[in-house]
Parts: sequence; C-alpha cells; structure tokens
Amino acid sequence: MLEARIPSGPIEQKWDKCRYDMKLVNPANRRKHSIIVVGAGLAGAAAAATLGRQGYHVHCFSYHDTPRRAHSIAAQGGINSAKNYRNDGDSVLRLFKDTVKGGDYRAREANVYRLAEVSSNIIDQCVSQGVPFAREYGGLLDNRSFGGVQVERTFYARGQTGQQLLLGAYQALEEQIAAGTVTMHFRSELLDIVLVKGRARGIVTRDLVTGQLDCHAADVVVLATGGYSNVFYLSTNAKASNCTAIWRAHRRGALCGNPCFTQIHPTCIPLSSGFQSKLTLMSESLRNDGRVWVPKKEHDTRSPNDIPEDERDYYLENRYPSFGNLVPRDVASRNAKEVCDEGRGVGPHGQGVYLDFADAIHRLGLQTVREKYGNLFEIYERITGDDAYTVPMRIYPAPHYTMGGLWVDYHLMSTIPGLFVGGEANFSDHGANRLGASALMQGLADGYFVLPATVPDYIAANKLDPVSTSDSAFKAAKAEVKDRIDKLLGVNGKRSPDSFHKELGKIVWDDCGMARSDAGLRKALARIPELRDEFWHNLRIVGTGEELNQSLEKANRISDFLELAELMCIDALQRTESCGGHFRVESQTPDGEAKRDDANFAYTAAWEWKGLDQSPAIHKEPLTFEYVPLSQRSYK
Amino acid sequence: MTFTLKVWRQHSADEPGRFVSYQVKNVTPDMSFLEMLDALNEDLISRQEPPVAFEHDCREGICGSCGFLINGVAHGGQRGTTVCQLAMRFFKNGDALTLEPWRARAFPVIRDLIVNRSAFDRIIQAGGFISAPTGTAPAANAILVPKEDADTAFDAAACIGCGACVAACPNASAMLFTSAKITHLNSLPQGQPQRDQRTLSMVAEMRNELFGSCTNHGECEAVCPKRIPLEFIGKMNRDLMRAAWHWHREPLVIPSLVQLPSAEDSHEQFHEEVRIHEEDQAHVEAESPEPAATRR
Repeated sequence: MLEARIPSGPIEQKWDKCRYDMKLVNPANRRKHSIIVVGAGLAGAAAAATLGRQGYHVHCFSYHDTPRRAHSIAAQGGINSAKNYRNDGDSVLRLFKDTVKGGDYRAREANVYRLAEVSSNIIDQCVSQGVPFAREYGGLLDNRSFGGVQVERTFYARGQTGQQLLLGAYQALEEQIAAGTVTMHFRSELLDIVLVKGRARGIVTRDLVTGQLDCHAADVVVLATGGYSNVFYLSTNAKASNCTAIWRAHRRGALCGNPCFTQIHPTCIPLSSGFQSKLTLMSESLRNDGRVWVPKKEHDTRSPNDIPEDERDYYLENRYPSFGNLVPRDVASRNAKEVCDEGRGVGPHGQGVYLDFADAIHRLGLQTVREKYGNLFEIYERITGDDAYTVPMRIYPAPHYTMGGLWVDYHLMSTIPGLFVGGEANFSDHGANRLGASALMQGLADGYFVLPATVPDYIAANKLDPVSTSDSAFKAAKAEVKDRIDKLLGVNGKRSPDSFHKELGKIVWDDCGMARSDAGLRKALARIPELRDEFWHNLRIVGTGEELNQSLEKANRISDFLELAELMCIDALQRTESCGGHFRVESQTPDGEAKRDDANFAYTAAWEWKGLDQSPAIHKEPLTFEYVPLSQRSYK
Repeated sequence: MTFTLKVWRQHSADEPGRFVSYQVKNVTPDMSFLEMLDALNEDLISRQEPPVAFEHDCREGICGSCGFLINGVAHGGQRGTTVCQLAMRFFKNGDALTLEPWRARAFPVIRDLIVNRSAFDRIIQAGGFISAPTGTAPAANAILVPKEDADTAFDAAACIGCGACVAACPNASAMLFTSAKITHLNSLPQGQPQRDQRTLSMVAEMRNELFGSCTNHGECEAVCPKRIPLEFIGKMNRDLMRAAWHWHREPLVIPSLVQLPSAEDSHEQFHEEVRIHEEDQAHVEAESPEPAATRR
C-alpha cells in the first residue's frame, strides 16, 4: 500500500533523476487542466502562483478574507539555506545531515536531501521577489544561527521572516490572479474531498458568509492546509488553524503519517489565566543571544536581578556544553519541563524559566540587541507588562508545530491518487522533531519547487476523463456534508463549542504532550470518545447554517479534532520508544534523554481510517539510513 | 473589572445595524480585548443569543485580521498595538466602550464588526509585486542592496493590511496602505524595472476603489499598529510625479486588436499572442493614467 516512489541512484542525483523521468505537459495544453489548491499560506500560495504562471488554471481556496492572513505570517525567526555565505563549513550535505539528525532519524533521507538541495533556490527566488531580508552594510545578505546546528545559515527579516516570505508569495499570487490564471475563492472552507473512480477530482466547500455549499471539480487537488497544533486548544497557532481538510481526506482514504509527532516549542510566553485563548511564541532566534536559567534553589521567589550569578543554574549551557542554549527544540522544552517539575520554575505558577539578555546587552550594546530583536521585546512587554531589556523574559514550552500529517510519497502525493499535500499538512521531511527555521524552508520548497514539478507529471502521466460537479460522487459528498452540518446545528444542547475544545485540549496536553506514558495515553483514549459523545449530544450553536456563523465554523473544526486526538494517542501508544518530540517516559537514557529503539521503530506509522469507533489499521514504511548513520543524538 | 459595551450589531450586509449594550463582568487586567469578547460571546451563547461576530486569527498582531473602532479609535488607542494585543489593563474599571466596524465606503460591513477589505487585494493586484516567475532568479547575493534601502523597504513591508489607516482617515483614504507597498518595492533594486508602472497602476486602482485622498491629517499614522510613517505617502507622491514625468514611447500594437481571442488555438499562435499581449500590457500600464481600469 505504501509505495514511496523514491528514485534510485545516489542521493544527490535522486531529484534530478526524478525530474528527468517526469512527463511534461505542452504549454498550450496546460490551460486545459485545472488544479485546486486548498490553503494560501507559504506552500499553497507559492504552489498556486507557480502553477498559474506555468499556464494551468488554478482555483485557490482560503477561509480567510485574503491570502495574506495565513498563519505562515506569524513565523518569526528565519529560513534555513545551505548557501554557506559565512564560510563556516555549511553545505547541502551538512544541512541534510543536521535535519535528519535533528528529526531523530524518523524522516525519509531522500526527501530531506531534496529539501536541502532546493533551499538555496528558495533564497534566490525570494530575494528577486523583493523580500527585504536583513543585510550587512556591504549590501550582502546577513545570517544568524538557530537551534540544533553549529553553522550560521538562517536568513531573516528582523523577527518577521514568515510575514515577509508570505507577502512575497502572496504578491506573486495576486499577480497571477490579476493575470487570470488563478481564481481565488475567499472565505471558503473545505469540508470534503470528492473521489471519482478512485482519484481525487474535487472538493466541497462552504461559503463562510452565506453558508452555501459548493462543489468544485478539477484534475488534481492540492492540500496545503497547515498543521493541527490547535488540537491542544492552547497553542501558538492562529485561532482558525485546524485539521478539517486533512482529516476529511483521511476519512476518504488518505493515510495519516506519524500523527503523534508534535513539536512543543521551548520559548513561548507562559500561561497567565484561565481565559487565555492562545499562547504567544517568542522566536527561537532569541536563544542566539539570550541565556536560559533558573534559580538553583527550589521555590526561589526573589526577583531575578537579585539572584547572584553563583545561585543561577544555566542548565542548558551546563548540560550541553557544545550546543549550549541552541540545542534542538525538543531537548530545550523537555529540560524546561524538568526544572519546573523540580520546583525551580519561575513566575506566578512556577511554570517558566528565564531567558536573560543582560550579557548580550553588555557584549553587543543595547542598540544592536534592539535592532535584532526589537519587535519581540515589544510583543513581550505588551503581553506581560515587563521590559525585557531590564528584567529577564519568562518563557515556557507550548505546542507549536506538527511534524505528523498526511502520508505522502516522494512526489508529495497521498495514498489517494491525485491528492497532493504540501507544507505542514504533510508528514515528510522533519521526522520526530523539526529544527528551527526549517518550516518556512519546507513550505516554500514544496510550493515553489516540488509540487510545480510533480503535479504536472501526474497530469501528463494519467489519462484524466473530464468530470463535472453534477457527477453522483459530488452530489453524495455534498449531501454528507450537509447532513453533518445539520446534525451539528440540531444538537441543541447546553455547552458552547469552545468549552469542548478547552476540555479536549487539556486531555491531549496532559497525556499526549511533552511526556507520554502508557497509563496516561490509555486514560486519554478512554476519555476522548466520551467527550466526543457528549459533544454530539450537548453542543449548542446559536444561529443557522445559512449565515456567517463563527460558532458553527468552530464546532465543525472541533468535531474533527475530537477524532484526530484519538488517533494521535493511538499512535503515541504503539510507539513505545522515545524519539525527538515524542517522549515516552518508559524509554529514556540514564541521563534522561530520549532513547530510540531503532530495531523496532525505524518506520513511519501510516494509519488507515476504518470508520468511527473502529480501530484504525497501521501500515509501516520502513526507514533506511544510508548516508547519515543511525546514532544516539548527542548535543553535549 | 466590569465594562459596559455598546456593540454594533448588523446581521448582514443588506440589513440595517444598530448598537446593543452588554455588561461584561469578571474581566481581569491580563485579558486581551478579544479574550474579553470571547467571554461575552460565551455568555451570549449560554443565553441563546447570537454571539458578536468579529474577525481575528493569529492574536499576536501580525495577520491583520482583527480590528474595529473602540470609542471611535481604530484598534483602541494604544500606540503600535492591534486590538488582539490590547490588554484590558489599558482601560479603567467601569469604562463604557463603543465598538464599531471600520467605516468606509470601500469596506462594506459583512456582519457585526466584520467588513470586506478585498479592495486592498485589488490594489496589490494592480502592481504591488515584482514579477519574478519561479525558477528564473539570479543568485541572491548578485543583487547588492544597501542596508539603508533594505531597512526602509522592511519598515514599509511591515504593513499588515488591517485597514486601520482607512478607518481613521476622515477621507477614508488608503494612501498609507498603498504607499507602504510602493515604498517597499520601489526602494529595492529588484523593484526598479516596474517602478513607474507600479506606482501609476496602484494609485489609479486606489481611486477606482472609492478610497478618498490624503489631506495630511496624520490620523492613519497615529493608529497604525505597525507604525508606518506618513513620510511614505510623500515618497509615493514623489514617485507618482516621477512616473508621470518619465516619457514612455507609444506601444507598437493597438491594444484592442491583440486582446481579441484568436480563432485558432495552435501552439505557436498561443505563444505569439502571449508575447505581444505582455509587451503591450507593460506599455499600457506605464502610459495610461488608468491602466487598472483598462485591464479589468
């Protein structure tokens, strides 16, 4: 069932060979083919703009009012590229190796190599679009370093790199919309994928303003709908980010890869009250210059500036001398949790550690620090009321990214023929832990370079009969969608959608978050179906389906989270090893690091939907490591 | 803390709206303004009343989704802050707060506090881009950008497209928004080839969308959550003069002829058509004061 279609030959020639073997579509014929792209973030906008420019007719869908709102915009720190501008030992191979190792050997080598290979083209492409990357006085591009690596390969635009890259892709997309090659469908949310003769041939959407359900047919469907961290309710994701598109595709037969691989980002502003609706990320780039510490004494309530140097524990620098504060995210998060569990956490709830800039300000001067991180310090002050130039920041880990997602082959096609998946929505490239500044890289690699090569190949290689939305498959899918919406509206219970979401989030965070145990996961697996049952019997949505109804939108998304959460726990339960962000307390090294079990778990778990209240079936794609030999990760 | 909210309720674009008053209790100073509205909505749902519709997404001040007027001030009045980042500690216990959607002819109300800002996208479509098809890019460091220019471009590119500038302007002008994008792209060496046509097209589209003109009130700069300076409007006007002053020769082909669909659809003809069409478009945009209108 799992045919990864990895080209043969040496790793550095695989992508070239793949492209050489591809079939092409004559430029005059391209406009006869239509492509649906769902999502207009980095991967979606880049793919839609590029395929549109190639001459295909692209229909791009977004639930936002404009593509520029996609959550890619909130990425702060930067984007990696193996340019080696610093001459500090970087190369495509080095970026490849860092990413495989950073992902704790649970990613496919061929995919990661391709990512490293095209990383250089991404920077070229973005610069020519006018993305205002940071520059040095000579006019050349500036770099900085990020977690989990020992070279400076991260390109950045102050603390708003995601915004600037997204605007670049957005502008390219707008140009194609003006040229008529891309038709943009705003405020339009995907509610189902339509299969005709076993191939993905269209989607069903709901117009979020009028509530109208529409069918759209095309030759290919591309999903670039982002990750599912909002399953935790409190995460750094935007409020509307959801799993509906990938989950409905999963229910239609697309396998879901490694759903339990989620990333908990170490540097977020700690939770302050029960009303809090989301967590705010402080870019990892801060760890370049900030030093992480907690008091040596437990329950030390002194103000941080009153704690003398010898009573501070710079635990990352002490435990990991060679990487120091720049260890990968999973390691940094786990260590923060550990010191807080020991009672050495800081702040009102003891759930926080300090990130201190005093040394950096002393060494570089206030002006330089302000220039590098000014906007982040501002965000911090606005939320907490503290001035991080004088008092250390308080940070704590928070759900941030999901490495898991729909299983795809080397061409980024899911197990449904004609359904491609790009960006965070797919499972590829990052293994069990994503390195900092690699999400932007992957989103753009998929959108600008991979999908625009593999999607045309699919179109050229397969004889696709024309389909219309009057086909019975479309009618049936639309009727199913309508039923589900009517069912949500008809429950007429007492609890608001948000109250269910909060409760679900707490279950998943407690038992499938930073530390996972057999008992905890079994508890969650008992609790989630109960909550789902209550949801379908006690939900209250005010209003109708034929109007702009934000409660209905939420409830619909939560109904999918309630199913996905269960699969996450099932996946976490079967993987009894620890790897990357997946930390099973039963599997640790003597010094408390994640202990992999390569003999039994060097595979990707791809889950098949078997129906609600049925156990999903697992398919295993074995992972082999020819270029980066398997070894225990060490950042000491 | 307790607040009295007077909220604009409007069911849809075609129905009239009105203010409705609500009491919100148990507000903590650390709550953001939107979290306070979340609490109000939970309360409304429990009373079987439709919750207040408002737009929001990232809640960290970067996506540009959120925004409404609080007591007549866009985003509520804290300098450089979107309403999602505005903490309730900014207000006094017992304050009466009036919430209204952006008011501008170009931004029709969709529901309650949500307006349609698609006009901004159409301004970008008119020329707010640098044409760089994927795959043809020169090596990144082949283009030197002086740090000062890169910084100016970045300051302008920080715009989040929220529309506060339009809502604050007595003329509902979109000049701060438009000038920010023009300054971003026109400051960079990569943006030079399309500089004149970009400026002319975007300014024309701004007018077509029924936005007003700048009369130097400076309200836009005061409410801009990203602190885009008024100075960029001056830059835009200078670029507009420059574009008008530049002489572009007449196009060689008559626009109306090449835009007709060709009778046959052969490969070569298609290419020919595209080539002429593109060449011709470039001239039209550079030449005519209303290129966007021509195009649509």
